[in-house]
Amino acid sequence: MSNAKLPSTVRKSRGDDLVVSGNQDFVTMTIADQMFGIPVLQVQDVLGHQRITRIPLAPPEVAGSLNLRGRIVTAIDVRLRLGLTGRPKDKPGMSIVVDLRGELYSLMVDSVGEVLSLTKEDFERNPATLDPRWREVSTGIYRLNGQLMVVLDVPRLLNFTTIETA
Amino acid sequence: MDDLLSEFLTETNENLSVLDVELVRLEQNPNNPELLSNIFRLVHTIKGTCGFLGLPRLEKVAHASENVLGKFRDGELTINPEAVSLILQALDTIKSLLAVLEATEAEPPGDDLPLIERLNLCAEGKLGGPAPAAAAPPPPPPPTAPAVAASESRPVTMDELEALWNSTPGPNDIPAPAAGTAVATRAPEPAEEPAQSHDLVVPDAEPVAAKVPAPVAPMAGASGGGNAGAADAGAEAATKESAVAAQTIRVNVDLLENLMTMVSELVLTRNQLLQILRSQKESEFAAPLQRLNHVTSELQEGVMKTRMQPIGNAWAKLPRLVRDLAHELNKKIDLQMLGADTELDRQVLELIKDPLTHMVRNSADHGLEIPAERVKAGKTETGRITLNAYHEGGHIIIEIQDDGKGLAIDRIKQKAIQNGMASEGELASMTDQQIIQFIMKPGFSTAAKVTNVSGRGVGMDVVKTNIEKIGGTIEIKSAQGKGSTFVIKIPLTLAIVSALIVECAGERFAIPQISVVELVRAAADSEHTIERLKGTPVLRLRNRLLPLVSLQQLLRLDDSEGAKKTEEETFIVVTQVGTYTFGIMVDRVFDTEEIVVKPVAPILRHIEMFSGNTILGDGSVIMILDPNGIASATGEMAMGEAAGKEAAAVQTQRQEDKMALLLFRAGEGAPKAVPLSLVARLEDVDLATVELSNGLPVVQYRGKLMPLVPIDPNFVVANEGRQPVLVFADGDRSMGLIVDEIVDIVEEKLNVQLAAERPGLMGSAIIAGKATEVIDAGFFLTQAYKDWFGSSTQEGFEEEKLQRVLLVDDSPFFRNLLTPLLSVAGYDVTAVENAGDALALCEAGEDFDVIVSDIEMPGMSGFDFAEAVRHGSRWQRVPMVALSSHASARDLDRGRIAGFNDYVAKFDRDALLFALQQTLTDQKGAA
Repeated sequence: MSNAKLPSTVRKSRGDDLVVSGNQDFVTMTIADQMFGIPVLQVQDVLGHQRITRIPLAPPEVAGSLNLRGRIVTAIDVRLRLGLTGRPKDKPGMSIVVDLRGELYSLMVDSVGEVLSLTKEDFERNPATLDPRWREVSTGIYRLNGQLMVVLDVPRLLNFTTIETA
Repeated sequence: MDDLLSEFLTETNENLSVLDVELVRLEQNPNNPELLSNIFRLVHTIKGTCGFLGLPRLEKVAHASENVLGKFRDGELTINPEAVSLILQALDTIKSLLAVLEATEAEPPGDDLPLIERLNLCAEGKLGGPAPAAAAPPPPPPPTAPAVAASESRPVTMDELEALWNSTPGPNDIPAPAAGTAVATRAPEPAEEPAQSHDLVVPDAEPVAAKVPAPVAPMAGASGGGNAGAADAGAEAATKESAVAAQTIRVNVDLLENLMTMVSELVLTRNQLLQILRSQKESEFAAPLQRLNHVTSELQEGVMKTRMQPIGNAWAKLPRLVRDLAHELNKKIDLQMLGADTELDRQVLELIKDPLTHMVRNSADHGLEIPAERVKAGKTETGRITLNAYHEGGHIIIEIQDDGKGLAIDRIKQKAIQNGMASEGELASMTDQQIIQFIMKPGFSTAAKVTNVSGRGVGMDVVKTNIEKIGGTIEIKSAQGKGSTFVIKIPLTLAIVSALIVECAGERFAIPQISVVELVRAAADSEHTIERLKGTPVLRLRNRLLPLVSLQQLLRLDDSEGAKKTEEETFIVVTQVGTYTFGIMVDRVFDTEEIVVKPVAPILRHIEMFSGNTILGDGSVIMILDPNGIASATGEMAMGEAAGKEAAAVQTQRQEDKMALLLFRAGEGAPKAVPLSLVARLEDVDLATVELSNGLPVVQYRGKLMPLVPIDPNFVVANEGRQPVLVFADGDRSMGLIVDEIVDIVEEKLNVQLAAERPGLMGSAIIAGKATEVIDAGFFLTQAYKDWFGSSTQEGFEEEKLQRVLLVDDSPFFRNLLTPLLSVAGYDVTAVENAGDALALCEAGEDFDVIVSDIEMPGMSGFDFAEAVRHGSRWQRVPMVALSSHASARDLDRGRIAGFNDYVAKFDRDALLFALQQTLTDQKGAA
């Protein structure tokens, strides 16, 4: 683990999110057979399949908007955000609702798993060779038994201005 | 107690508590100008209000404090603890005066001369050393002191809250927390520090309202420890007899927002229940559900109502204010208020209230003149201030208009230089509009002296900041001697609007009802059908062509299901934005619904087609279309730009005649234009009827053969289909110019900027914001008939040498139009652009047979020119023909007196040719 070679942004956000010593809890989810995690405190809701209103002219990653108990939630297709192909029509999928600066966003994923409590020792920074698009939205990787979990950085996942420049 | 007074007390107490905190902060950060100007503004407001309410003692103290603060602000005094103490002491005095005022509804007798004197001394910078013993130590700042801005809470009338209370099934239900906080009462004892949590003010202990705090108070206790202190205060308020009488309480807006969300949720649940009920024949739930239904509806309505308030509420103070002002300033002012029932989100209302008051005050003080001056200026003695509020295109517009003297540009310039805001050179290059903007800058005031009313330079900058805070804009129009108008435009982000729900390609959208003019159904079997001009859909609606916008194309909706429907039946939502009317094509129209506009997520804000989104009654999310955005995305923009350019052009260029131009497309390159006055008719020719005669295409038209001339010589006339044709007619002959598409008719000043390099083109000009080629109709006319212009005139002069015509016209367009026209008619034309050049030609010994001159020209007018020619020049016997767009009898006479032989309207080609012929013949006869 060499600190020196990391881009400064990664180091900074690690400081923001992972200063807590000891265990951190993550909501896990699967997208295209890859496991991802979001810190549990950032998650507001987990939803099943929802009726979504399409938003014309919106960026392709924006799947539409939906009504969550009277609040309008913008649905983001995480698959497209990560540069993957869209979800097949026959699979319903699930969503994780997160709050960013007072606005609710629903992250559409394939499925949502359990909540894991993970220790810092298993955490590792993004490999330098990781797809830049993933590196952009991930704070690091947890080594789990038998698989790896990518930690998603919600603010950066929802920062769409970087998509155009990327 | 007077409503005004009680409101004043509430407001001033709030301001004072804010001031306490801010002053202490200022002492710690003396270099924070923002803090200082906020303090200054608050004191200014207190002083101002005291003045209007006729509270001289309070006003004097506030005025003296403001003087000191003014010196701080201008940097003439440094902020030191002594001075701050002094001001805090003045605030304490104000508080104690308010206490008496609240108890007795009158100011206590006596005065505060010692304090004022010390304040004045301080203002003059003479206050040295610590304050005398009399000066009280500054009161400790409120411990936690959350400076609760008035804007964050809003009064709800007791009735509304009570209605809510009654319609709520049980104490544990939704509004319970609301009522709980409702007890967070401001202590009514003004001598005390106002209670910290004055989110809600229940300052009412009158018998009628007393019952409200009573049931509420225990609730608050039960609702948790957080509000315990406040609850005590509430209980205290309930027992006290000296509270300000008012039927309102203040509720935090967040709370209402929350309440609203919950109610929406309740509505949805109810709808689901009713849905289930409908599928069951007999159910014992029917009756209770019916009841639930009603209660929910009423609850929803009640909660909605708490947010919306007519703007008239913010205006209620104004008549009194204006009356007092009129009195004080010795002016006669008539205040008119229009659209007082325009509903506005209360939060927005709170924020624009002060700016509005400021602006009305400004209009009364600076804008309107004193009666004597008004009479001198030929106006009625009574000045008028008009307030007008209305919805427009998704915005709320508030206009404040006065018929006074308008903004004094020179004074603003002077002041700007004086305050070092701009140099003389900079000002010289600015337009009036830019100069006017200076009044929005901080620390700017043109009032000759600082009066009680205005002139301290708090005002327009505060107004602007407040309005911009809520995403609004302010625009100033001013006409010297005629008055000024301030137009405030506030987005409806928070407002409730009625919207039309439409469907397109399987998606539903809301269109604000306010911009919808009418709905038209277009189908193959109905009287309205959509026609296409080169693919662009248009609709004939009451003898006018309405441009259509396909929502499906605009929003790039894929038409999996909508496609078939579009062919059979389309609905057109006729929409108006400003003066631009267009139709939006949709597949279906549902219903109108009241919607609460919610802003779209930040990542979608760049899409200008949407003004927001909302949740419909059935729980689905729907996007709200922004007619402004659609209009600007589909061509209205060009008009707007052109208008802007026009305005700019006025500054530098002199006014040229506007004329109607027909815009069309034909052949390659830019759109083309021809003066509409030259075109006789527009026809749509069936190409199957085109025949060839003498190798040229002709068509039978009204019993005659009409030659068709294409603009592009290589154009091949197709065998079938239809083709738009511009018909030029002269007497019994007509000719058709084949074009591809007729685009529009515009009124524009025509200024040919680039000369043409091709025959048939006069040159290029900017029309409707685009480079457009102006065609030379004469060229095509002669293509159809070689002798078009010459038929009557040429014969007469064939034997003679060419007649020489001198054409004097300042407009390059007309020189370009008339020169070929006259040349073709057999004249030798010399064109000059002004009378001076023409006289120079005279000096130079040129000779002409006839002079054709424009009347309106810069420098020497046509009349002067004619007089100059007639009085002693070499040309005094040369006949002259005047050309003018004004052809009234009076003009004619004037022309004759000046020496013109004939007078012709500018656009009348035939009349000109005839007049020339006539004049020359007369001349010959005379010779």
